[in-house]
Amino acid sequence: MTSPKKKENHPLLKITGLHIEGQSDDAWIPIVKGVDLTLDRGQVLGLIGESGAGKSTIGLAAMGYAQPGCRITAGEIWFDGVDLRELRRRERRSFRGVRIAYVAQSAAASFNPAHKLIDQFSEIPVEHGVHSRADAEADAIDLFTRLQMPSPETIGYRYPHQVSGGQLQRAMTAMALSCRPDLIIFDEPTTALDVTTQIEVLATIRDIVEQFNTAAIYITHDLAVVAQMADKIIVLRYGEIVEAANTRIMLSDPREDYTKSLWAVRSFKKTAAAPEPEPVPLCKVEHVTAAYGDEPVLHDISFEIHKGHTVAVVGESGSGKSTAARVITGLLPPLKGQVLYKGDPLPPDYRHRTKDQLRQVQMIYQMADTALNPRQHIRDIIGRPLAFYLGMRGAKKEARIRELLDLIELEPDAFIGRLPGELSGGQKQRICIARALAAEPEFIICDEVTSALDQLVAEGILRLLDRLQQELSLAFMFITHDLATVKAIADEVIVMLQGEIVEQGSKISIFSPPHPEYTELLLSSVPEMDPDWLDKTLEERKHLSIKSADQ
Amino acid sequence: MGTILKLIAKRLATGLVVLWLVSLIIFSGLEFLPGDLAQEILGQSATPESLAAFRKELGLDQPMHTRYLKWLGGVFHGDFGKSLSNQRQISELIGVRFANTMFLASLAAIIAVPIALTLGILAALYRNTFFDRLINVLTLSSISFPEFFIAYILIYLFSVKINFFPSLANISPDTPLWDRVYICLLPAMTLTLVVVAHMMRLTRASIINLLASPYIEMAKLKGLKKARIILYHALPNALAPIINVVVLNLAYLIVGVVIVEVVFVYPGLGQLIVDSVQKRDMPVVQACSLIFAATYVLLNLTADILSIITNPRMLYPK
Repeated sequence: MTSPKKKENHPLLKITGLHIEGQSDDAWIPIVKGVDLTLDRGQVLGLIGESGAGKSTIGLAAMGYAQPGCRITAGEIWFDGVDLRELRRRERRSFRGVRIAYVAQSAAASFNPAHKLIDQFSEIPVEHGVHSRADAEADAIDLFTRLQMPSPETIGYRYPHQVSGGQLQRAMTAMALSCRPDLIIFDEPTTALDVTTQIEVLATIRDIVEQFNTAAIYITHDLAVVAQMADKIIVLRYGEIVEAANTRIMLSDPREDYTKSLWAVRSFKKTAAAPEPEPVPLCKVEHVTAAYGDEPVLHDISFEIHKGHTVAVVGESGSGKSTAARVITGLLPPLKGQVLYKGDPLPPDYRHRTKDQLRQVQMIYQMADTALNPRQHIRDIIGRPLAFYLGMRGAKKEARIRELLDLIELEPDAFIGRLPGELSGGQKQRICIARALAAEPEFIICDEVTSALDQLVAEGILRLLDRLQQELSLAFMFITHDLATVKAIADEVIVMLQGEIVEQGSKISIFSPPHPEYTELLLSSVPEMDPDWLDKTLEERKHLSIKSADQ
Repeated sequence: MGTILKLIAKRLATGLVVLWLVSLIIFSGLEFLPGDLAQEILGQSATPESLAAFRKELGLDQPMHTRYLKWLGGVFHGDFGKSLSNQRQISELIGVRFANTMFLASLAAIIAVPIALTLGILAALYRNTFFDRLINVLTLSSISFPEFFIAYILIYLFSVKINFFPSLANISPDTPLWDRVYICLLPAMTLTLVVVAHMMRLTRASIINLLASPYIEMAKLKGLKKARIILYHALPNALAPIINVVVLNLAYLIVGVVIVEVVFVYPGLGQLIVDSVQKRDMPVVQACSLIFAATYVLLNLTADILSIITNPRMLYPK
């Protein structure tokens, strides 16, 4: 290879005029349209934007890598004085894992289920000939200790499925460090984690970056997270840079409208106060205990949901939120206790419920993608409950479908004949809402309905749900792990932990101190836009010595 | 380990039920065939009296359920009875032939499985290239022809044209091993051509499917070599479906050799079952069918156990 001249004082990473295209059917469409960025040693750059903005694609391009179906068409990627694009495949490979490492969004999916953690860790140094296997293993234990993983001596000898999500994410960070790279790409490393786990992983990552003077590109859609991690931030949209600035300047004084709109999303508030509760609750869960097989999931939980109210159920994964919904809908008959609807007990198994009982409780799911049959047109998806529950047909059904589409703010003529695959994520979720509304229920269970959506889109969904509640006096059971959403829309809040209700009450009482210990932990773990938030919180925790559920 | 033992016990129990059902179906199925052994041996010109006397001697005059229960009782004691046509003990009759069939099947498996896996992995590695398409076309054409056709083509090429292999695979218990391999090579090649496509295509599909997973992308971003990504990261996770299709094809090699054995006049179980059906020698047909069914049950059980052993998620619970 013709070695490019090494300039002194060059930045660690310098990308200029980067263009990347992605294959869609037969055409190549631009994904990244001329991005420039520079990164010095030890610096952390935050890449932020909504899905489809090209953040991950740029992150991968910094390793000289394009995903299958993508190609880098123009631009230079200078890493430590070498243009990665000019290298042969083998030379480029020698950089990966050794000098530039990658931490993926879902550690659970990115660790190979067939091999022990230590084998996957040692692979990089051993295969690249940096360390011997024995040295690599010793180093792994050292790194696991520094990353404060429990039982660092032995945890590496477990398989990925035997380790919790937060620990896996740390193990992946350790793996990225195995050759002490100059640059690590963190691609949404905490998005799949619970907030109480997220704060620990964030702290770990920041420590590591400081300890090893590693530069990092931190990709996220969460502004509050990037505010903690990055020295400078680049806001991306449609594959172009909207704005780039140092973190504090960007936070205090965003210039572009788009940046401002991102900053403003978290300001949404429910429009009206909840109506006075009626004497008989719409839905009442009484002393319910439930289990999957032999594994107990819910322990004696009771709560009420009133007409026109929004009850948010919050908790970490595995706390039993979705299981409670499954008990109400009759998908999982409880071992003990019962569910009352307007004072009358519902049969525990949905198969024994009448059509009318089924009609009254509807569900909206997290993944609109999988909740809609990809082969059915929107007309059939919304028309099905109309025919099934209300016996509508022909012109009457068609008219009602159009009415429902109007209600969810989608133009009927444009959407009625489409397939789900032709819709965006937010539009799909709207169709799911229309399908739930078609049954004319008074009670809708929303299971993480905004979690898979970008903030701006999620806010649109929340506004829609709020408006529908006002117009149709619907009751919502809103399952979420996102406390910002809870603050925005809840009337009452239920906090769950390991199948039990830790605290329940009105939103105001839940969010004002004093809190039970777990609620305190949960609330204080939600990142704030203040760049000093992480330091402050960690400092406070040191004094209180609170530990997360993950440890 | 407890789960595996429990699974084995459960599957063996259901296997017994399957075998019992198979025996019932075969028994009643053969009942409906026109003619019987007496007719077959004495010929069309036999008098009704001599037929009746011969049937009585063979025990064929008793009603169907009596014969079935008697036979079933014998099987539980490990006694398959005697062949009606030549009065030899069936267990001894079958023993040698079963060994022959197993030998042929094993030889075919030893050739077919490595070829299929290697081709599958290579096709996955170089997918959508000329090599991939060539492999696909070749294996698909070989599976599309009937076995006897392939057998005759091979005989034509290797026995008639270049006189390299014998066209008849005639072996006896005292044929030395190397000669056996040589004699059986042509039938084994026929079987290989029949089963390779299935195994190769599933191996290719399983691996390609896995190449889209995040941990494969991770492996690429760790800067690993392509061969290591396929062999160390993709293959172990593709093992479960591959094992299943391999085992299913092994079962086919043992059970499905009938036609190939007939073409090559190979003294195996398939040849025996065809002869016995022609002679209406029901105890022999029964015994052979049971052996075939048992082979299927046992091989499928093996596949399930291997799938568990190769999957850490099932082997080491949380």
